[in-house]
Amino acid sequence: MIAPPAELPAPGRVGWADHDLLEVAMGPHHPSTHGVFRMNVVLDGESVAKLTPIFGFLHRNHEKIAERNSYLAAIPYTDRLDYICSMTNNWAYVLTVEKLAGLPVPDRAEYIRVIVGEFTRLFNHACMAGFLLQDMGALGTPLMYAFREREKILDLFEALSGSRMMCNYLRFGGVRCDLPGGWREQAAGVAAAFHPFLDQFEALLSENEILRARTQGVGVLPPALAVNAGVTGPGLRASGVNYDIRKVDQYGIYNRFKFRVPLGARGGDVFDRYMVRILEMRESLAILEQALRDIPEGVFLDPKAKLRNLRPKAGEAYGRIEAPKGELGFYLISDGGPAPYRYRIRPPSLVNLTVLEDMCLGHAIADVVIILGSIDIVLGEVDR
Amino acid sequence: MLGRGILRGLIETGRNFCGSYYDPARLTTVQYPEEKLPPQENARTLPFLVYDGQDPLAGLRCTACTICEQECPAHCIRIVKDTVKKPDYLGKMQFHPKVFDIDAMVCMSCGVCVEVCPFDSIKMDRVFELAQDRRALVLHKMNLAKSNQYYREIHPTEAAAVDAARDEEQRKARAKKAAAPAILTP
Repeated sequence: MIAPPAELPAPGRVGWADHDLLEVAMGPHHPSTHGVFRMNVVLDGESVAKLTPIFGFLHRNHEKIAERNSYLAAIPYTDRLDYICSMTNNWAYVLTVEKLAGLPVPDRAEYIRVIVGEFTRLFNHACMAGFLLQDMGALGTPLMYAFREREKILDLFEALSGSRMMCNYLRFGGVRCDLPGGWREQAAGVAAAFHPFLDQFEALLSENEILRARTQGVGVLPPALAVNAGVTGPGLRASGVNYDIRKVDQYGIYNRFKFRVPLGARGGDVFDRYMVRILEMRESLAILEQALRDIPEGVFLDPKAKLRNLRPKAGEAYGRIEAPKGELGFYLISDGGPAPYRYRIRPPSLVNLTVLEDMCLGHAIADVVIILGSIDIVLGEVDR
Repeated sequence: MLGRGILRGLIETGRNFCGSYYDPARLTTVQYPEEKLPPQENARTLPFLVYDGQDPLAGLRCTACTICEQECPAHCIRIVKDTVKKPDYLGKMQFHPKVFDIDAMVCMSCGVCVEVCPFDSIKMDRVFELAQDRRALVLHKMNLAKSNQYYREIHPTEAAAVDAARDEEQRKARAKKAAAPAILTP
């Protein structure tokens, strides 16, 4: 049953066309739903009275496949969770397996992980801003600028791992191969060239009056609701909650880097979520600079690490990292066999999506599109 | 002033528009298929089987151990062992594959087979123009076999390391054989 807004007459009772509620299915073939995502929106005029997200169109049985295959064979599948950020997906999984099996990671591998992880964050946030602007009607321009920069980072990833998007690069106890010759200098060049790009991006967007009018005060997410709903990542920090797993858990070697955690200043509207990501990119660049400068020589893979026949002792582990979209966690139960007994993912996109209705109620339908864009979801991760 | 942000943005767009005509860093379009980007050394698309010598089927390094078949995440490899053993490069008697099929439509180019192969037999290719008008993307042993020379061409660094390691093993095996007491040899 649809509950109509209190001040309006009940639908069907009064024959006024402008007070009837209208149910609209947005998606799954809607260009602004970022994939195959469907929203059943109940409209009162142009404003949203109720919103039901419907997903599962991209379900690929990832968790069950991983329980059938060996520990190693699940890594290429994690690439396909959030298919924009394959490196951080790998990272969360190998971190959990390392916790489960108690494997050490050499220093150099930790640095390489931080470097590829922060590069991933850079282009994820740049693309998210591009897609958000595309949803607002700035067709193409900001998105293409973001893709231009992403291209350079993908070239780096290809030289490193052999593939642009499905990197399959991290391994239990390190990474798959060492940095190729000249990679570090090239990466430092790309990172240095990202600063002027960000300046350009901000000149293009941050002060734009149309962008501000469309985003400020729209889709406010109160901090209390964000915490209660389990929202993580830039969406939570935009609401002013200081929670970054890189600072809280300090997994890997994040305690060695100096960086700040940007917070939203306006109470968590769409503009805050945009701005937090722009500021986070600057912090990522600071981390990259330090990591590329300090990376030590040494082995990239623990010599005792096993690729095949990994059989961790019976037990359970939950590992989590600050993926670009929020807290990406893996929960593994081992029964001592060659495959995990239970393999469970906590995807940031899905959990962040749960507050969509609360943010959209009362806003115009055109705002629903940008509120969804500001959450930054990837359907590969929502549906798995 | 209202509109200042928009103007700043438009200046930025204009600068980018003009730059796309003369700035070499911005002239990135490659006229595929007439022009192609140079391939990356690490690039991987589909697996292939390495053979030594001249004859593709006789020189296959693969010993049909089926490790790749078991480890393949997508289960796209099918191997049937031959019944007779043949000597490998160290002189050991080994089985060889009677059937070695890779379903290229299922393969997800992850490279796990390459990592787990203990015989340096399966490697990643970098071909990508695979479209065809027949249903011939289940690759058989004779389609998969490619020479060590080809492997050296596409992945020079990696191939050099593999060749060096194999030569070393071969040298050790010969030395061992030579050092073995004559009384034990039949």
